[in-house]
Amino acid sequence: MEILSVKNVSKQYSNHLALDDVSLSVPEGSIYGLLGPNGAGKTTLIRIINHITAPDSGEVMFMGKRLCADDVYKIGYLPEERGLYKKMKVGEQAIYFARLKGLSKSEAISRLKYWFTKFQIEEWWDKKVEDLSKGMAQKVQFIITVLHKPKLLIFDEPFSGFDPINANMLKEEILNMKKEGATIIFSTHNMSSVEEICDHISLINRSKNILSGEVNEIKQRYASSTYDLAFSGDEEQLSRALFGVNIAFSENKESDTKSAIIKLPSTDGVRDIISKINETVDIYSFNKVIPSMNDIFINAVEGKLNL
Amino acid sequence: MGKIGIIIAREFNTRIRKRSFIITTMLMPLLFVGLMIAPTLLMRMETDNSRTILVIDHSNVIGDKLISNNKLIYKTTDKSEEDLKTQQSGLFGYIVIGADVIKNPNDIKLHTYESSTLDTEYAINRELNRIIEQERLMNHNIKGLGSIINNIKSNAKVTSFKIEEDGEKSASSSALSMGIAYVFGIFIYMFTFMYGMMVMQGVIEEKSSKVVEVLISSVKPFQLMMGKIIGIASVAITQFCIWMILIVIFSNIALQMITIDPATIQNSMQMGASLPAGVDTEAMTALTTLTDWSFLLSIFGSFIIYFIGGYLLYAAMFAAVGSAVSSVEESQQLQLPITIPMMLSIFIMISVIKEPNSTLAVIASIIPFTSPVVMMARIPYGVPTWELVTSIVLLYSSFIGMVWVASKIYRVGIFMHGKRPSFKELFKWIKYN
Repeated sequence: MEILSVKNVSKQYSNHLALDDVSLSVPEGSIYGLLGPNGAGKTTLIRIINHITAPDSGEVMFMGKRLCADDVYKIGYLPEERGLYKKMKVGEQAIYFARLKGLSKSEAISRLKYWFTKFQIEEWWDKKVEDLSKGMAQKVQFIITVLHKPKLLIFDEPFSGFDPINANMLKEEILNMKKEGATIIFSTHNMSSVEEICDHISLINRSKNILSGEVNEIKQRYASSTYDLAFSGDEEQLSRALFGVNIAFSENKESDTKSAIIKLPSTDGVRDIISKINETVDIYSFNKVIPSMNDIFINAVEGKLNL
Repeated sequence: MGKIGIIIAREFNTRIRKRSFIITTMLMPLLFVGLMIAPTLLMRMETDNSRTILVIDHSNVIGDKLISNNKLIYKTTDKSEEDLKTQQSGLFGYIVIGADVIKNPNDIKLHTYESSTLDTEYAINRELNRIIEQERLMNHNIKGLGSIINNIKSNAKVTSFKIEEDGEKSASSSALSMGIAYVFGIFIYMFTFMYGMMVMQGVIEEKSSKVVEVLISSVKPFQLMMGKIIGIASVAITQFCIWMILIVIFSNIALQMITIDPATIQNSMQMGASLPAGVDTEAMTALTTLTDWSFLLSIFGSFIIYFIGGYLLYAAMFAAVGSAVSSVEESQQLQLPITIPMMLSIFIMISVIKEPNSTLAVIASIIPFTSPVVMMARIPYGVPTWELVTSIVLLYSSFIGMVWVASKIYRVGIFMHGKRPSFKELFKWIKYN
């Protein structure tokens, strides 16, 4: 079941095409990574999903129906550039944003009390935003985003500006929300966080969706024919036995094992290679190297990946 | 409460609670009334230190006729000049009047113990001249001179009447109309500019702090813009109302302080009688007018209509400019289409005050961009109903048009960062869907 699907969306700005026939679908209850280099069109896509701008062509379906203005009550958006009124008190400001998202004042206050206690920031209630540090303001902004318990949450670089402890806390909260049934769209450059929490991704590059799918499936799909070998034995013999194969040795200082990276032209001759190695040295491990999302990202953007 | 309502409430509450708002709201009326009564108060204070002058009158004609007032007290003395050469306490100085002073009026010498002032010397000169002139007249031996002099005394005062369309006449003071016209024209100009700028700064603040990104995911740009404009308008109207009430209260207090009953001034003005010494007539007239509630209410009504219309028209433009730039400094050039008509209305107003029914005045009071200031300046003189209606209808319909145009620019502008757009680009934004 999809909570959101974007169909053939294009958006033209006066001097450049921000989105070019982009389609993607976000399964309900998933954490969906929206990746892409700066200026690829992610923010434009997010703005279209948020009903801030309208696409020139194509359509956005939300919970089975065409996205309409009232859907903003069911969406929570944490923009990359955090924005709070500097001169306004934290509590007052949070109530204001909550009311704009359709909460009553009393409901807003009771929910805010819950979050402020949870994050242990009760004493910030009467502070002005300008007196908070960047990280503190981020926390407040996070609470404002999730307060109206939206079905769909859109986080644009949620971890930037957080120390590891708070980033972890945030991650916990995001996973919690997923457990409670929310769907989360995640826009980020931070690939390690993608691997940690995202189920699905889309990679936007130059206004186009160049890669979409489940994270593990994508990784398998782009796993190259590169292998990681740990062994003990004679390196000379091994390289002679594997003559013509691209092999690079590396010294492993801590243990007696030696390691090597073997790059094959294709996965076809693996068994053959393994038996050759087996005859020459003692194999400790032989692993297929699964690319990190980081590699996939860079290769895909640089056009080195066969898409 | 709808979303616009929530936005209006925030705009209103955050501004009303600012310390700067509270201070200007309280201090302006105080300053205003203070400036008006200051001259009178100062005069009062001077009165307290009267100066005593001894008169050595060798002519024996002048001394008895010198009339003391509360500033200068003349005392004839038998002492000689030699006796007075040394410092005397409680004395300002002494005058030596020559024996043949009627024929030779230059034979008068003033010796002072402290430095003399021009004011004092003029006062002494006037007093001596009066006596010498009177003496010279007497010397002509005209019969019944005293009664003739009393008879020819005159104190002319023009009472003006304005002929209304329905033929009825009512007294009008053109000095007063001019003053009120001027003050309210300036008021509209000041308020429109001050609060229009506030709208622009608010838009820029939201844009540069990126609050707008968060807001726009909850409300439509149009709601945000109108909420801001209306919210700030309600701040302006609140401030204006407080000012009016405080000015009336302070004026009353001020009049009490200088122990003059407003009613007596009104009476004495109508009777053409002179006011008590030491009171600045013009300031008193103004102060008295400001304690007249019914007059204030009629002006107040038209002020509110024109202020709201003019403010909304200009605030929409200010909002559009604010959305297109990323800092106040950057807004200068784009502000030109706003500031030029505003400056123009002030210039026209100045000429309108002298010539309230000239062609220029009529045209400028109908064109929406100048009408708030110019019409406000014309109203105290009386304006034909059709002109008033036309001008108000035009003002409000162009405000609606302007809001439409501004919201188009605003919608695009708030997400544009980087280079300041040219006017050409702004026009392009209007045409976006």
